[in-house]
Amino acid sequence: MREPLLRLSNVETFYGPIRAIRGVSLDVHQGTIVAVLGANGAGKTTILKTISGVMDPLKGAVVFEGREIQGEDPDRIARAGIAHVPEGRETFPYLTVRQNLLMGAYARRDRAAVPGDLEMVYGYIPRLRDLSQRVAGSMSGGEQQMLAIGRALMSRPRLLLLDEPSLGLSPRLVGEVFELIRRLNGETGLTILVVEQNAGTALATCHFGFVLELGRIVMEDTCENLMAKDDIKEFYLGMKDEGVREGRRWKRRKTWR
Amino acid sequence: MSQVIQIFMSGLAEGCIYALVALGFVLIYKATEMVNFAQGDLMMLGAFVGYFLIVGLGANYWIALVGAVVIMAVFSYALDVFVLRRVIGQPQFAVVMLTIGLGFVFRAAASMIWGANPLAFVTPFTDGTTSIGGAPIPDVSLSIVAGTAVLCGLLFALFQYTPVGVAMQAASQNQLAAYYMGIPVKRIFALIWAISGGVAAVAGILLAPLTLIDTSIGFLGLKAFAAAVLGGFGSIPGALAGGIAIGLIEQFSGVYLMDGFKDIAAYVVLLLVLFVRPQGLFGAAARKRV
Ligand SMILES: Nc1ncnc2c1ncn2[C@@H]1O[C@H](COP(=O)(O)OP(=O)(O)OP(=O)(O)O)[C@@H](O)[C@H]1O
Ligand SMILES: [Mg+2]
Repeated sequence: MREPLLRLSNVETFYGPIRAIRGVSLDVHQGTIVAVLGANGAGKTTILKTISGVMDPLKGAVVFEGREIQGEDPDRIARAGIAHVPEGRETFPYLTVRQNLLMGAYARRDRAAVPGDLEMVYGYIPRLRDLSQRVAGSMSGGEQQMLAIGRALMSRPRLLLLDEPSLGLSPRLVGEVFELIRRLNGETGLTILVVEQNAGTALATCHFGFVLELGRIVMEDTCENLMAKDDIKEFYLGMKDEGVREGRRWKRRKTWR
Repeated sequence: MSQVIQIFMSGLAEGCIYALVALGFVLIYKATEMVNFAQGDLMMLGAFVGYFLIVGLGANYWIALVGAVVIMAVFSYALDVFVLRRVIGQPQFAVVMLTIGLGFVFRAAASMIWGANPLAFVTPFTDGTTSIGGAPIPDVSLSIVAGTAVLCGLLFALFQYTPVGVAMQAASQNQLAAYYMGIPVKRIFALIWAISGGVAAVAGILLAPLTLIDTSIGFLGLKAFAAAVLGGFGSIPGALAGGIAIGLIEQFSGVYLMDGFKDIAAYVVLLLVLFVRPQGLFGAAARKRV
């Protein structure tokens, strides 16, 4: 099999004394959508932060395009081709949409290509063109999520990291966001690593999935197979029992074994 | 009428100096949430560096102005890299003590290098006057107002139209997101310190012909601090408006009110405004700080 675009091997990341990631290994292959599923506090965000260099792992290696990148500064990793759409969107509230998008291209060296990529982003997310002079903080959650994705695309990434893009969005908007993810992957071949609690939508979109529990990978398979598994179904049932997904909390404790 | 114009212009000039120092406070606070109590002393150092270039080296005024800005910018950049960056994340009082302590160090260093006696240098504006509405206005006042306006215009263009300027805004608004975008946040913050140092140098050199230069001129930073609070600490237009307001109030109260009121006028106004609008004139009621 080909070398994966991204490989984590035995990564351990700490918050002070707290070991949030306990030896995670996962591969992301070129041109695929990979999902990492897990409940609150499973360590999903920490994995993405470790990849994009916002946090440094204490042990293990992060290999991107054959090169070890763990411990490097985030701006170097961004330039190396990894873009991170953080949890909670994290737009620049007092900058306009256009300025926010341009910030996504800040670390780039090939400035000449930026205007063309701005058009590419407007092409994929036409609403951003209409809102281009609006201040980001005044937009709705869904618009800000689209902006955060557009901003990440402005760095022309070869790997896009998405942290819970469905968070706080209505089902219709969740559908729109994942439709965008599918199109970006299908039309440009962009490799996408998405972490989600919304397992249903994520599994319907991804090619390969990992299930994370308390900082460990407890299951990995193609998304098709994962969807067929009993405990995953139970996970869905859990969702259905509670009706609307209340904010971001699962009421019931989830187990995966 | 001509007296009113004169008072207005001297208040405006004085206010512009407050505004420039207040601008330094606000730029650093917005970016790093640090209050730099040494900002007035950076202005003092800027004035002495200007003195050194003009009197010591015999440089032309304009060259000395640019030179002092560059020197103070580099100095402030280094100050951030070697000193202040290390206290980020420490309790606020540690930061406050550190910057107050730096102020002492700067004053001591300046008096060791340049002595304790007041100094002066000649500028193209010294002693000249221009008539405005029949009132003779010192060119020094006009130079301060014009210099402040030009500097603010340049800063506005920098923050609004250059990628590094927009990145400075971005890093000030959401530091975490700036990290995610690969914006080199630490370098951007050091550049903001450099700008504050450069602005302080301009303020010091503009102020020099108005007062003599000595190690205590930095204490006007306290009034500039009041100006920044008045404007809503964290708002750049607020800092400018607050500075000018305090300069004007001081001059007018010095002429029309009883003796001694001039020195407290700034604080009286500040207290009154904070009673009515605790967030300051330009502050948003609840700002998101990340
Ligand atoms: N800043 C922090 N300081 C200390 N511990 C933290 C910090 N952030 C996260 N943790 C801990 O690390 C673990 C993993 O957190 P992480 O944010 O990666 O979870 P997550 O899977 O993204 O959860 P969520 O679905 O709520 O976003 C949790 O146990 C959490 O309590
Ligand atoms: Mg998370």
